[in-house]
Amino acid sequence: MLESVLITIATAATPLLIAAIGELVVERSGVLNLGVEGMMVMGAVTGFGVAITTGSPWLGVFAAILVGAAFALLFGFLTLSLVTNQVATGLALTLLGLGVSGMIGEAFIGLPGVKMAPLVIPVLSDLPVIGRFLFAQAPLFYISILLVIGVSYFLFSTRAGLTLRSVGDNHDSAHALGIRVIAVRYAAVVFGGACAGLAGAYLSLVYTPQWIENMTAGRGWIALALVVFASWRPWRVLAGAYLFGAVSIGQLHAQVIGVSVPSQFLSALPYLATIAVLVLISRNRRLTMVNTPACLGRPFVPAR
Amino acid sequence: MSEMGAGVDHSHEGKGGELLEVRGLTKIFGALRACDAIDLSIGRGEIHALLGENGAGKSTLVKMLFGALEPAAGDIRWKGKPVSIQSPGEARGLGIGMVFQHFSLFEALTAAENIMLSLDDKTPILQVAERARELSKAYGLPLDPFAHVGDLSVGERQRIEIIRCLLQKPDLIILDEPTSVLTPQEADRLFETLETLRDEGKSILYISHRLEEVKRLCDRATVLRHGKVVSHCDPRQETAASLAKMMVGDDVDTVRRTGSLDRKGEALLEVKALNRPAANPFAMPLRGISLEVRAGAVMGIAGVAGNGQGELFEALSGEVLQDKADAIRIRGTNAGRTGISGRRLLGAAFVPEERLGHGAAPQMRLSENLFLSRHVTDKRALVGMFGTVRAGALAKAASRIVKAMDVRKSGVDPEASALSGGNLQKFIIGRELDRQPAVIVVNQPTWGVDAGAAARIRQALIDLARSGSAVLVISQDLDELFEICDTVAVMHDGRLSAPMPIAEASFEKIGLLMGGAEPERSGLPENTETA
Repeated sequence: MLESVLITIATAATPLLIAAIGELVVERSGVLNLGVEGMMVMGAVTGFGVAITTGSPWLGVFAAILVGAAFALLFGFLTLSLVTNQVATGLALTLLGLGVSGMIGEAFIGLPGVKMAPLVIPVLSDLPVIGRFLFAQAPLFYISILLVIGVSYFLFSTRAGLTLRSVGDNHDSAHALGIRVIAVRYAAVVFGGACAGLAGAYLSLVYTPQWIENMTAGRGWIALALVVFASWRPWRVLAGAYLFGAVSIGQLHAQVIGVSVPSQFLSALPYLATIAVLVLISRNRRLTMVNTPACLGRPFVPAR
Repeated sequence: MSEMGAGVDHSHEGKGGELLEVRGLTKIFGALRACDAIDLSIGRGEIHALLGENGAGKSTLVKMLFGALEPAAGDIRWKGKPVSIQSPGEARGLGIGMVFQHFSLFEALTAAENIMLSLDDKTPILQVAERARELSKAYGLPLDPFAHVGDLSVGERQRIEIIRCLLQKPDLIILDEPTSVLTPQEADRLFETLETLRDEGKSILYISHRLEEVKRLCDRATVLRHGKVVSHCDPRQETAASLAKMMVGDDVDTVRRTGSLDRKGEALLEVKALNRPAANPFAMPLRGISLEVRAGAVMGIAGVAGNGQGELFEALSGEVLQDKADAIRIRGTNAGRTGISGRRLLGAAFVPEERLGHGAAPQMRLSENLFLSRHVTDKRALVGMFGTVRAGALAKAASRIVKAMDVRKSGVDPEASALSGGNLQKFIIGRELDRQPAVIVVNQPTWGVDAGAAARIRQALIDLARSGSAVLVISQDLDELFEICDTVAVMHDGRLSAPMPIAEASFEKIGLLMGGAEPERSGLPENTETA
């Protein structure tokens, strides 16, 4: 029982984690991309379509990453090069993604999908309780964990990560130091898009191997909330993703046991939790100031 | 072309002995020629002063030298070769380092991380920290590499900037108004550091409007006015007055302070044991502030920026309320729990430090800004029967202020952001003076204001006091305080020293207090707590 609960939690948490860790990098560079949902759903439809056409889930994943990155590049071009409003552009990106994916996906509705086989690690996966949870998952699960480790190391232990944080903290100073603010932000935005695409592919290739219109069902928004919830720290994103995953799975298990909690309340929980965390971190200003990218959402236009 | 500039200083020309030579450098913003055919040359091992009023084009010029702005015309020769500096990174690559006055450190990062960001090589952070420590010791600039910048004082931040600049081993260091945030003693230490650097053969371009320090430190000077070079000179051969005349283009009015009052007026503003916890980790708490400003007197509060002056202003103006109503009394009424409008109704007026965004709404017209601050106190005159704005009365009041303070503007009623800093400040102060307030609190009245406007503002404050009001001036500019105040106190670390009559004060005494010396040692009367 516990084992199966853990596994389902991981399944629910992984797409949130991948999308959120990408958005974390974007926001650390000072850009607010509200288009996560749109990029994610584009990743889902692309991953599904390429996988059933070619028969290879890996090609599907690869295509989903590319499409997510391409959507992010569009966002980057609009907000960074043309300096459009980031909030409005992000919202438009979400609407565009939902619309385009619905159009492309029309042909895929009802088709059986290709499920990505789990990668079972011998011996370790036989461990009691946690064995199958940690060592018999889809490959994207391992990638999600590696992403957290990698992003955490990148941000806090490498020079490039320091540069990225500096751009998010004060883009004028960064520019004065000769850091190419716009280039750094492009890179971050594209990375975020690639992650969102990957998260979408997880949904249509692992979570439920089929295409349903709007199948992201608000997960992109949860991922956005998660970044704030985690106060822009990668390991807290991991914790938050599993917490939110547990909440959404708990709802199903609660029904099985016979506890009746309104499902609407449970699906609202992540947002309530985010608000609670926002209140808590705003009480500790010191923490907020060190972690919150001060330039978040502020357009950068160098004076020449 | 500069009419006087040509031909004054051509002795070094074209011999390749100069480190930096600039010819005809021009930058145009819209209709404004911010820099107009500037000539400048800096030799090796020289401290070169760049003098000028705010808006004379100093910042624009150095931004072009540092690659942050692109010149519209003119050439720059570096070590005898023509160069085009496209970015700050290129400038650093050439060996030009810059210590900025504002906006150049990352508050969320540590000192070492800040330094590391400006180094081009791939040195690990611990080595950067070690090298920073060594340099800070060598030049007498103490520094903890692992402190978050947000937690540091302004002086400490400047040390990071300087060390960061030195680590790049530049040949030319540009310093933008470096002493404006330092105590006189800290400034002395900085001068020693700069002299050491000069002896090592480095060149320094020193931007300032403080004439005494330029005379003391600099070998040559270039004076700018309205974007043009008005003179190349040797500051040691000039007097402060002659330098000022070059900068302003005219003799500056001196402020006349009529002798301090004999009789003691009644206390119009009283602050008693005012405490305020720090609002955020980078703010300063207020610790037991007590003061009293009497009718007819100007009191000054000196101090290095960031020692609680901003917090004190917010507490006085009512932007932040006090726990106890009697912590602040205005004209004998407890006002500690009264909001901004309530305090204004008691006869007080406030001028904050930041002009745009705090003192005035940038995108609103002058008359609208006037309305914003006066709609409560002058309700009868400005607000009609159904809450409508009386445009006629408003326009009349606005033009009265413009006339009284000699505000120069384009158009009848421009947006606040369209005015130059000095003119907007004159308008904001005029707006408050127009009410004939019984109490006025002004934070940094002439910060970034040209000498002519500053003199006018100072005179207006003195005149208001002499007409029977109480004036409290918070300023970092000691010259200003000595010019206009009857008494002066010093803020340090959220505490206020006992006030001393201006006749007993000296730069040295004030400077020691600004640096945190115990007030007892400077032999002050013990009538405030020093906790």
